[in-house]
Amino acid sequence: MRPFAYQAPDDTGAAVRSVAERPDAVFLGGGTNLVDHLRLGVVSPGLLVDVTALTSTEITEVGGGLRVGAGVPNSELAADARVRSRYPVLAQALLSGASGQLRNMATTGGNPLQRTRCMYFQDVSTPCNKREPGSGCSAIGGSTRNHAVLGTSEHCIATHPSDMAVAMAALDAQVLVLGPDGERTIPFTELHRLPGDTPERDTVLEHGELITAIDLPELPMARRSRYRKVRDRASYAFALVSVAAALDVDGGVVREARIAFGGVAHAPWRARRAEEALRGATVSDESFAAAAAAELTDARPQPGVDGGNEFKIALLTRTLVATLRDLAREEA
Amino acid sequence: MDPDTTLRVDGVTHHLDLDPRASLLDTLRQRLGVMSPKKGCDHGQCGACTVLVDGRRVLACLSLAVAQDGHEITTADGLSEDGADHPVHRAFVEEDALQCGYCTPGQVCSAVGALDEFARGWPSAVTTDVAADPELDDAEIAERMSGNLCRCGAYKGIRAAVADAHREVSR
Amino acid sequence: MTDTDMTGTDMTPALAPHAIGRDLARRDGAAKVRGTAFYADESPVENPVYCRIVASTIARGRAVSVDTGEAEGLDGVLAVLTPATAERLASTSDAELAVLQDDRVGFRGQIVGAVVAESFEVARDAAARVRVEYEVAAHDAALSADRDDLYTPDQVNPTYETDTAQGDMAAAMASAPVTLERTYTTPMLHNNPMEPHATTALWEPDRGAGALTLYDSTQGVHPVRSTVAAVLGLDEDQVRVVCPYVGGGFGSKGMPHANTVLAAMAARAVPGRPVRVALTRQQMFSLAGYRTPTIQQVQLAAQRDGALDGIAIDVVEQTSRIKEFAEQTGVPTRNMYAAPNRRTTHRLAALDVPVPSWMRAPGECPGMFGPEVALDELAAELGMDPVELRIRNEPDVDPETGKPFSTRNLVACLRRGAEQFGWPGRDPRPGVRLEGGWWIGTGVASATYPVYRMPVSTAVIGYSGGRYVARIGAADIGTGAWTVLPQIAADALGVPVQEVEVLIGDTEYPPASVAGGSSGTTTWGSALVAAAEQFRGKFGADPHEGDEIEASVPENAASERFAMHAYGAHFAEVAVHADTGEVRVPRLHGTFAAGRIVNPRLARSQLLGGMTMGLGMALMEDSVLDPRTGHVVNHDLAEYHVATNADVADLRADWVHEDDPHVNPMGSKGIGEIGIVGTAAAVANAAWHATGVRVRDLPLTLDKVLPPA
Repeated sequence: MRPFAYQAPDDTGAAVRSVAERPDAVFLGGGTNLVDHLRLGVVSPGLLVDVTALTSTEITEVGGGLRVGAGVPNSELAADARVRSRYPVLAQALLSGASGQLRNMATTGGNPLQRTRCMYFQDVSTPCNKREPGSGCSAIGGSTRNHAVLGTSEHCIATHPSDMAVAMAALDAQVLVLGPDGERTIPFTELHRLPGDTPERDTVLEHGELITAIDLPELPMARRSRYRKVRDRASYAFALVSVAAALDVDGGVVREARIAFGGVAHAPWRARRAEEALRGATVSDESFAAAAAAELTDARPQPGVDGGNEFKIALLTRTLVATLRDLAREEA
Repeated sequence: MDPDTTLRVDGVTHHLDLDPRASLLDTLRQRLGVMSPKKGCDHGQCGACTVLVDGRRVLACLSLAVAQDGHEITTADGLSEDGADHPVHRAFVEEDALQCGYCTPGQVCSAVGALDEFARGWPSAVTTDVAADPELDDAEIAERMSGNLCRCGAYKGIRAAVADAHREVSR
Repeated sequence: MTDTDMTGTDMTPALAPHAIGRDLARRDGAAKVRGTAFYADESPVENPVYCRIVASTIARGRAVSVDTGEAEGLDGVLAVLTPATAERLASTSDAELAVLQDDRVGFRGQIVGAVVAESFEVARDAAARVRVEYEVAAHDAALSADRDDLYTPDQVNPTYETDTAQGDMAAAMASAPVTLERTYTTPMLHNNPMEPHATTALWEPDRGAGALTLYDSTQGVHPVRSTVAAVLGLDEDQVRVVCPYVGGGFGSKGMPHANTVLAAMAARAVPGRPVRVALTRQQMFSLAGYRTPTIQQVQLAAQRDGALDGIAIDVVEQTSRIKEFAEQTGVPTRNMYAAPNRRTTHRLAALDVPVPSWMRAPGECPGMFGPEVALDELAAELGMDPVELRIRNEPDVDPETGKPFSTRNLVACLRRGAEQFGWPGRDPRPGVRLEGGWWIGTGVASATYPVYRMPVSTAVIGYSGGRYVARIGAADIGTGAWTVLPQIAADALGVPVQEVEVLIGDTEYPPASVAGGSSGTTTWGSALVAAAEQFRGKFGADPHEGDEIEASVPENAASERFAMHAYGAHFAEVAVHADTGEVRVPRLHGTFAAGRIVNPRLARSQLLGGMTMGLGMALMEDSVLDPRTGHVVNHDLAEYHVATNADVADLRADWVHEDDPHVNPMGSKGIGEIGIVGTAAAVANAAWHATGVRVRDLPLTLDKVLPPA
């Protein structure tokens, strides 16, 4: 770990200016991923600008929805009574992530910005296009069990590791950003990028832009929503696949569905094709499987030295079917 | 220029000039000689370094010490103000909730934090109805303690110890 | 049999148990729950400095130049060790320990340099700035059973014959009415004790001829002393090794690895300054040993009533090209079941990979997976209960040597375990129990572990301040030696346990064997009993202050006459999610026959701990070695999954009463390893019973039982 300077400015404006004016400056939030990466040598910033005491730690009512300050710890967001009753998918996603200790540290603003857990990305002794553009992707042809099947490129097959982000994507959350040129709002589903030929960029945020809050829009159907995470270990593990879903059913027919996948792409994967396929469909395992198939048409599993990740196709399909089946049963 | 950082550790105040790179864990162990929190992975993957910061359980390895300025840090050796054993300490010994002992101080701090979270009505990943208040059954304790790995496999004893301590503190 | 009705000339007189058998709390518990018990990296030294390893990023070749300029330019850097600058070691016969002696690289992650600095942060930064230029040679890191360069090692760990044969296995396979031939595999596994391997080393050149102190995280201070002294060319009395507490080892700390030698070298590079060297978790995957992957071809030949005509296991596994370690995976098949025809073989591939070593129950743990799953397959084939099939093949004497067993209570374990678990009445059909969205099944497997007694261990017992204080260089790696040894000494002395203290973990105390092979209590306990008897013989029941005597572990003549093993039976209930294939283990029960249990509370922890590690092996542990690079890709605790608390549900262990007058004066057998031995097979058998899918390759991850979309 190379030396760096540390600043704790007085307000978010000053923090943004500090980062914006130095190309090698980064924001420090809960630190659970940044400090990890500093230690691994994945990143070597010259300045850390601590925003933990600056961003809001409040959850407030805004226009029928909730505004979650970027400084709200994951644990407190999951414990909030309004979130638990109005957006159970989000509470469940948060609670399924990491551990109690990490959820106390990780923040609402920082969580979506955590980087892939691809082991080659985290190991500076192996080439990685995300860490070192142009050096090559070690994961392709290597250990790929945890890697993406949707939206991959020949340069990167990494997945986004966040559970919270999958729920946020399904809920159509909005990301409030403060940058050197002022504020802007980004739909959560447009925050993350696919790797393409610039896998080094995880999100559309520009240097110096700081997430200040995330808005959860009013969404009555989310009261019946759930997050289903599938993993090898019963706890404290990243998802092999996950499904965030909300279902609005009327008389055995799907009126509307909100679906996002985790563990299968470089971004939390909003499954719009599946949602489209479900609209007006009768509630049945067959319709749910057809929705999964619609979404997975372009899926490209990876072979690998560990057996690869082709199983994710069946696993995701079956997990989606089971999740929707459970939600439909709740509705009935 | 190093910032001047004030840490309050197990009731003792320390003023330190810190290398910004120093983790809270390394600062406790290497600068202050507070060896109770352990280094098992240094990457937030095992829980051996768990301490309480302002009463909340966190991982000292992923915390930069400079960012802890003014905060109250409690290790497993400082859980009781008078230095006496904490109910969680006693329960761990009685239930043989440890073997090699290396993960144990982190388990103990985590247990104290988890019981506090439970007392606040926080749900967990195994809470069936996330909107309702959870009951502290064996599965709830297991899930809430799963951020602390124990390679000796003392999990059953740990769950029993947490349940014992919960009974004692909520009596 | 009771303690008093023993007859025969070479029988070991058993102690009358008073403290032995008592459910006492761990003596070191109070310090451990507060975190004040000190481990190697937190040993009490003044003004320590920190050493950080530079590891090779190639699997084979040469580190032709090591540029240290940038590292040495950092404030606070005290020394940079490279192949060019490091001291020349006196012995390089063990290539794993020949640290920085030449520029050859034998595996990825090997030590090619090290930095010593005033602070941990500077050492870490400086190590990252050491520039190593490699001459890369083609490497080979892919194990398979059809390699044409597999070789036959001279022996397998520790000194077993490589191959054995009795009768004619091929003929048995040709003639038996029912035969089965299957291949089973277990993956590369890493011990991953929670405490990374660490040493605090101090070299004091002005003390006598020079004195080296090592606070080392080890399962045996004396073996470390003798090894390090020989490598460095020091007299043993120049080296002191201290280790009162060990944060787990499970075999990885049984033999000193390169990091301990490096610590000594680093200390000698900065005389007078204590140097702390702790492996990172990532480095633990290349420098601290591991269990080799195994490929097991198992053959069973049986009569229709289940009686085995033959049993064979042909094992292929890996070692490192720089140093051989041959895991004895085929050994348990040599004496587990009665069968007139038998074959066991071991073949190795020497690869450009890290050096494998001991991991909890080497041999028995992987070696009971294939055969115990094969027996389950045979039971299904025969339409026989798998518990009864095992009982049907219970031998009267050791089938390999013809010796009688000192005690053998496998059948009792199977019967009692079955009762405790609720096995009787089990529906044998696979894939028919769907409960709440989960396929449910149950499975059984046997376990065994030999009784080892190490030849060297000495205890001193003295009388001081109204108490008996014993000293022996033993180790408590979480096993409970701090608590159990006083129980043994108290009974041997005939005094209350509170009046006895046993000090361990320091080469200042008399030499003791490694805490390995589940031999500690047998070996050290026997030395303590010998010392106690001599103490009483010389000083009587009313000793004076300062009276002291020393005695060593005697040979056990009975070990020539008897086969000595502990046994166990594992029962697992497995739930497989009908939608996702997630595999969970709601219930795991083990019943063991391991002689007299010295401390039930601590023994149960040992057994449950072994079973928990076995659960991890069954479901999730898998070191994925990328053959393109030669490194373990998932080299951390986020991706190398060990079981969490939530993975362990209803876990139980108990034991059958067993009086074994032959093993040692305590009548005890080792219990540190047997808990892991049958667990994975029991889980795999239960998973088959749940789903009808037979998984022969561990770990049993969901993709292996997942139905198609």
